[in-house]
Amino acid sequence: MAQMTMIQAITDAMRTELKNDENVLIFGEDVGQNGGVFRATEGLQDEYGEDRVFDTPLAESGIGGLSIGLALQGFRPVPEIQFIGFIYEAMDAVNGQMSRLRYRSGGTQQMPITIRTPFGGGVHTPELHADSLEGLMTAQPGIRVVIPSTPYDAKGLLIQSIRNNDPVLFMEHMKLYRSFKGEVPEEDYTVELDKADVKREGNDVTLIAYGAMVHSALKAAEELEENGISAEVIDLRTISPVDYDIIVESVKKTNRAVMIQEAQKVAGIASSVVAEIQEKAILHLEAPVLRVTAPDTVYPFSQAEEVWLPNHNDIVEKVNNVINF
Amino acid sequence: MKRTLEQIEEQFQTFQIMNEEGEIVNENAMPDLSDEDLKEIMRRMVYTRILDQRSIALNRQGRLGFYAPTAGQEASQLGSHYALAQEDFILPAYRDVPQLIWHGLPLYQAFLFSKGHYKGNQMPEGVNALSPQIIIGAQITQAAGVGLGLKKRGKEAIAITYTGDGGASQGDFYEGLNFAGAYAAQTVFVVQNNQFAISVPVDKQSAAETIAQKAVAAGIEGIQVDGMDVLAVYAATQEARNRAINGEGPTLIETMTYRYGPHTMAGDDPTRYRTDEMDDEWEKKDPIVRFRKYLENKDLWSEDEENEVVEKAKEEIKAAIKEADNTPKQKVTDLISIMHEELPSNLKEQMEEYEEKESK
Ligand SMILES: Cc1ncc(C[n+]2csc(CCOP(=O)(O)OP(=O)(O)O)c2C)c(N)n1
Repeated sequence: MAQMTMIQAITDAMRTELKNDENVLIFGEDVGQNGGVFRATEGLQDEYGEDRVFDTPLAESGIGGLSIGLALQGFRPVPEIQFIGFIYEAMDAVNGQMSRLRYRSGGTQQMPITIRTPFGGGVHTPELHADSLEGLMTAQPGIRVVIPSTPYDAKGLLIQSIRNNDPVLFMEHMKLYRSFKGEVPEEDYTVELDKADVKREGNDVTLIAYGAMVHSALKAAEELEENGISAEVIDLRTISPVDYDIIVESVKKTNRAVMIQEAQKVAGIASSVVAEIQEKAILHLEAPVLRVTAPDTVYPFSQAEEVWLPNHNDIVEKVNNVINF
Repeated sequence: MKRTLEQIEEQFQTFQIMNEEGEIVNENAMPDLSDEDLKEIMRRMVYTRILDQRSIALNRQGRLGFYAPTAGQEASQLGSHYALAQEDFILPAYRDVPQLIWHGLPLYQAFLFSKGHYKGNQMPEGVNALSPQIIIGAQITQAAGVGLGLKKRGKEAIAITYTGDGGASQGDFYEGLNFAGAYAAQTVFVVQNNQFAISVPVDKQSAAETIAQKAVAAGIEGIQVDGMDVLAVYAATQEARNRAINGEGPTLIETMTYRYGPHTMAGDDPTRYRTDEMDDEWEKKDPIVRFRKYLENKDLWSEDEENEVVEKAKEEIKAAIKEADNTPKQKVTDLISIMHEELPSNLKEQMEEYEEKESK
């Protein structure tokens, strides 16, 4: 099996689907000749031509609307929003239109669109590049939100997202793009949407995370183990909808949970996950479900990222709180 | 009969006053600038070129953060700025830090902005400007608002906003022009057409021959200017400013220019989308080279004077980066404190939490 970074796995997924389905179109700002600002589409225009992989004018609202129009013509658009913060420009197209089109056509039209977008902190980008805006999108019925944490999941989930006949927002954490390699099959495979994954088994506490925070949770779990606490780490992978079956099953075993997200306390999905756990498993809980989040400010000026972003120490602290409750 | 489109495009020939040889080719349009003004414009351009070189070097040493190179665009940036008054309000994009500096933003704060420190975004009293906009196009509709506000207040001042050729594709661009036109707002829109939006060439942005002609649909004035000719940029901006203040409505100015460097210092590689020939062709139009020739022909400029500016720039940059480096790091509590006038309850709680954390 090949060793790939997450960005290589993502490119590989797009290459796979460009080959498998001639209706797949990839477009966005700088994705053509330049291969994208992160090189996610590197080489794809050379391989598949400008008809299939092309630059757009600089307008996210246009990119969103164009995707809808092409989907109405039977194409399977895979647009890129260059950085998450620019999704605001496309908010009507994505939340107001494409997410609702199946519904407003009485179930007769479909929007097989996969919007890829980088997000996530720790890489010193300017304003509105790194924000965790997933909560705005999970609040919108009609669109799935997928966030991989490993190269293997990234490829399988992206292929599955592209094949799905409903819109998917596929969010790629920038810090994970090149920070490590993982095993990725060269052939075509899928990872099921809407299914979480236990990334580490444990008995004393359930850590629920997604994106880069999965790795902070794994790091915290290692540290906790040294102190005799066995933590289970669940990677949500799809955050809308959330796979509550796997969470509840785990909580029934551990009786304690901590929900971790990079987003602010008022943002993300932590509050709704905690609410759902207490609805579904309150009698199994030995302690309140705590949250590890960022504070409720605007995403910090880049020099302050390190002190603002939640890290494994914050997770360990909250775990100790639920264990000693 | 000609098609309307052709007729319109014919009206948008590039306005030039001084050619690449530093010769005045359009005497009638020559702005009324004293010798001292001409020299000051040159000083600013030379200074800014040095600032760009030093910023790139500092960035490579890891001493700056986000930085968008400016070399090549000095005439567009500083020629337009020189036509402004201190009361004018600037709504810049990320590449337009030089205009802010010449409007009064201290250099060390410009460096703090680059480093990602909130103090870099605090405009000093009397500097009418926003910090550089990162979201392409957002400033353009806001400029219509500032321009309308100035008009309602009866001020003899304008709002001026800058974007690039890519920015002219955003919906906000069209909305901004249209709103400003509808209200005859005191706004001047400058599009610095440096031929590329990161890697995307301007001919992929639009079927329109020029960006300036987009003014037509909004019912406002539009002009395409040689953006490497500082006299032409100055004259066009001055005229636009006068018209705005006289109640004659907003103007769209497209300056034809080029960025010599990469898009930003965060990994852009221009060789992926530009040819050496294109770079060479544009460097022949260099705004500083041509203005130097013009001034030297008039005996207004010497090597010594230029060296003096270079030395001054280097010294000031050195001091400013030191000051930026010595600025205390931001804490989460600093960030919380600038969120609201009065802290809401959730942030009060978090303030206490982080005060405790940060005191350890
Ligand atoms: C809304 C939005 N979309 C995309 C970007 C990413 N981006 C930053 S600069 C840029 C190109 C801008 O080109 P142009 O407007 O021509 O200005 P230039 O950088 O050439 O000065 C892009 C796509 C952004 N900052 N904001």
